Amino acid sequence: MKKTVFFGALVGAGLVAGASAAATLDDIKDRGKIHCGVTEGTLGFSARDSEGNHQGFDVDFCRALGAAIFNDSDAVEYIELSSKNRFTALSSGQVDLLYRTTTWTFSRDVDLKTTFVGINYYDGQGFMVPKELGVTSAKELEGATVCIETGTTTELNLADFFRVNGMSYEPLPVGGTTEAKALFEEGACDVYTTDASALAGVRAALKDPAAYIILPEIVSKEPLGPAVRHGDDEWADVVRWVQNALVAAEETGVTSANVAELAKGTDNPEINRMLGSEGSLGAMLGLDADFAVRAIAAVGNYGEIFERNIGENTPIGLARGLNALWTEGGLQYSPPFR
Amino acid sequence: MADLSYVRLEMLPQKEPPRSSVGVQGWMRINLFSSGANTILTIVAAVLVLMILASILPWIFGGVWNASSLSECREIFAERYGNGTEYACWAVIKDRWHQIIFGYYAPDQYWRPVLGFLLILLAFAPVLFPKLPSQMFYITLASIFIYPWLIWGGTIWSPIIAALGVAVGYGVYVLASRALGSLIGLLLGCAAAILWWSAISGALTDALSSTIPASLETMSSLNLAGFVLSITIGIVAIAASLPLAIVLALGRQSDMWIVNKLCTGFIEIIRGVPLITLLFVATVLLNYFLPRGVEFDVILRVMILVTLFTAAYIAEVIRGGLAALPKGQYEAADALGLTYWQAQRLIILPQALKISIPGIVSNFISVFKDTTLVSIVALNDPLGIANNIRANSDWNGIVWELYGFIGLIFWIFCFSMSRYSMWLERRLQTGHH
Repeated sequence: MKKTVFFGALVGAGLVAGASAAATLDDIKDRGKIHCGVTEGTLGFSARDSEGNHQGFDVDFCRALGAAIFNDSDAVEYIELSSKNRFTALSSGQVDLLYRTTTWTFSRDVDLKTTFVGINYYDGQGFMVPKELGVTSAKELEGATVCIETGTTTELNLADFFRVNGMSYEPLPVGGTTEAKALFEEGACDVYTTDASALAGVRAALKDPAAYIILPEIVSKEPLGPAVRHGDDEWADVVRWVQNALVAAEETGVTSANVAELAKGTDNPEINRMLGSEGSLGAMLGLDADFAVRAIAAVGNYGEIFERNIGENTPIGLARGLNALWTEGGLQYSPPFR
Repeated sequence: MADLSYVRLEMLPQKEPPRSSVGVQGWMRINLFSSGANTILTIVAAVLVLMILASILPWIFGGVWNASSLSECREIFAERYGNGTEYACWAVIKDRWHQIIFGYYAPDQYWRPVLGFLLILLAFAPVLFPKLPSQMFYITLASIFIYPWLIWGGTIWSPIIAALGVAVGYGVYVLASRALGSLIGLLLGCAAAILWWSAISGALTDALSSTIPASLETMSSLNLAGFVLSITIGIVAIAASLPLAIVLALGRQSDMWIVNKLCTGFIEIIRGVPLITLLFVATVLLNYFLPRGVEFDVILRVMILVTLFTAAYIAEVIRGGLAALPKGQYEAADALGLTYWQAQRLIILPQALKISIPGIVSNFISVFKDTTLVSIVALNDPLGIANNIRANSDWNGIVWELYGFIGLIFWIFCFSMSRYSMWLERRLQTGHH
């Protein structure tokens, strides 16, 4: 008898949990906080400052969501996830979304039942060499010794690149970034290769960063973006369109400084629709009409977020490159707010 | 003529030992230069030690304490020394030591983990130093409920109500065992306590906290990090695993088939699996089995698995102690007419545990150090914090300073534990071995 009651309760709990699975946005509104999955510490993308607050490129997108939903960019709880437990944390409901430098791949999208809703950073594997080597292109790296972190996709990309270009190389496998940096600085290897965003960070931490250059070739595609659970399209829409609003804001020249002014109404109907002074786009998402105004006021447009966290004036010093707007030769592009 | 005697009538005063065998000179002669080969080894070792010190000491003492980033440190080095050598940038410790120690705890609440740590020391005192009055065990019992409240905060009523559950269970046990016998009494007592915790305590806590509100600011497990996290996991594992381990060790020695096989199975399964695998089970796999939306604190899960892991190891150490006792001790206990539990409590365990002390303490030391493994499952132990500090563009590239500081603190803790175990062995030495 007791056993049946227990199992009954368990099944009941499972049913209740299943029924609520679809409405993440409602859960978030009830809870008053977004559970945002971020990395345990990645230079420029997410790290805690000396007061313990999260800061970084990915963090700012979470803050934008907090501002859009609650008008409070601090209404976010950051849950630090390792690369191993991030997808289970998402599918089990521990987090509502991932902004965790996660590469959008076929198998993750289809097989792991995650839905990628955008790309906030186009990354790719790059090469760094000492200037004194006199190399200006990755195609001149014939016979070089390459420091490479084991067990990553970078290892495979490297092999592919050298094979395609008919060159040979000497791999020097290392355990992690810290070790790789030390070996590279000692000159144990000629080339260090990893994702370009991380490469810039490693270069910034070297004793004499000016003595090293990052080669122009990017040999792999690593589109990093937010991921949500399969099967909750309303929540996916919210994440997608808040990020799009930040990109569209840069396209139309809306910044954190002028957004309050522009929200009163402009001659540009696209801006008016996005900022909510015309139409009812916010209501369609289940948010307030001025959701984009709040998000932009809180963190700025895409370009501002980029420049503040990883741009050329920060110690990380990444150029916009592929992440420039499509109008400026990059790939960042927002579908129309209509 | 007759008085020519060669017999000395008084003792000669003792002579000073030759100068070459006492003092610094003698010690060096015996320990360092006793033979040609040893002399060579001594000289080689001395040169090596000096070379290492010559490279480390300037790095440590030439370091900079006041700077706001690694690049500022480097500017100061260039200005002060003018050569390209690296020195320690201790400024990172000055800037972030509070995160390494207290994690992301709110700074105005730092008194809570400090108080909690003092409470733990007080709670362990009657166990560690048997001369203290036994009334201090009440502090030990109380701290089981007070420590979590101090660390996680919330209303004061939840620890009180939880403690009352133990009292209720014990009361039912006493009453029921008088009427129905001890086994049924025990079962009823456990059932009453579980009923209290699961059905009554929640509502009662809510009711009391709304009438008499007294609470500490709630601290999320997400902010529990650094040494506060390591020490909390370590303390829980150490305190909870020892009783469990004793039960397991006795169970494995038991003649009762089911008890024996259950204990053996548990020990062998847990010991046969690496701790990292268990941690992954705790953080990743369990999520799949729990219904969505069920929040089961990840730190609590990790604590439970680390405790089980430690208990399995210590059980084997204690079993070694039990096996080392001469059979006569068991037979003597039987001959005195003691029951099983009396025999264990009065005769077997005191001796077996004494034999096991070095093994148990070395297990404690290793479990305390193993708490750093939780950084693999994205909990911020001190090493995780070091990684996070490096992810800041100010301190990107700092390695040795952080690891050195963390290593020093770990060493202080582990060295104190090992000194304590040596002291305890000397104190318990009864001299008949």
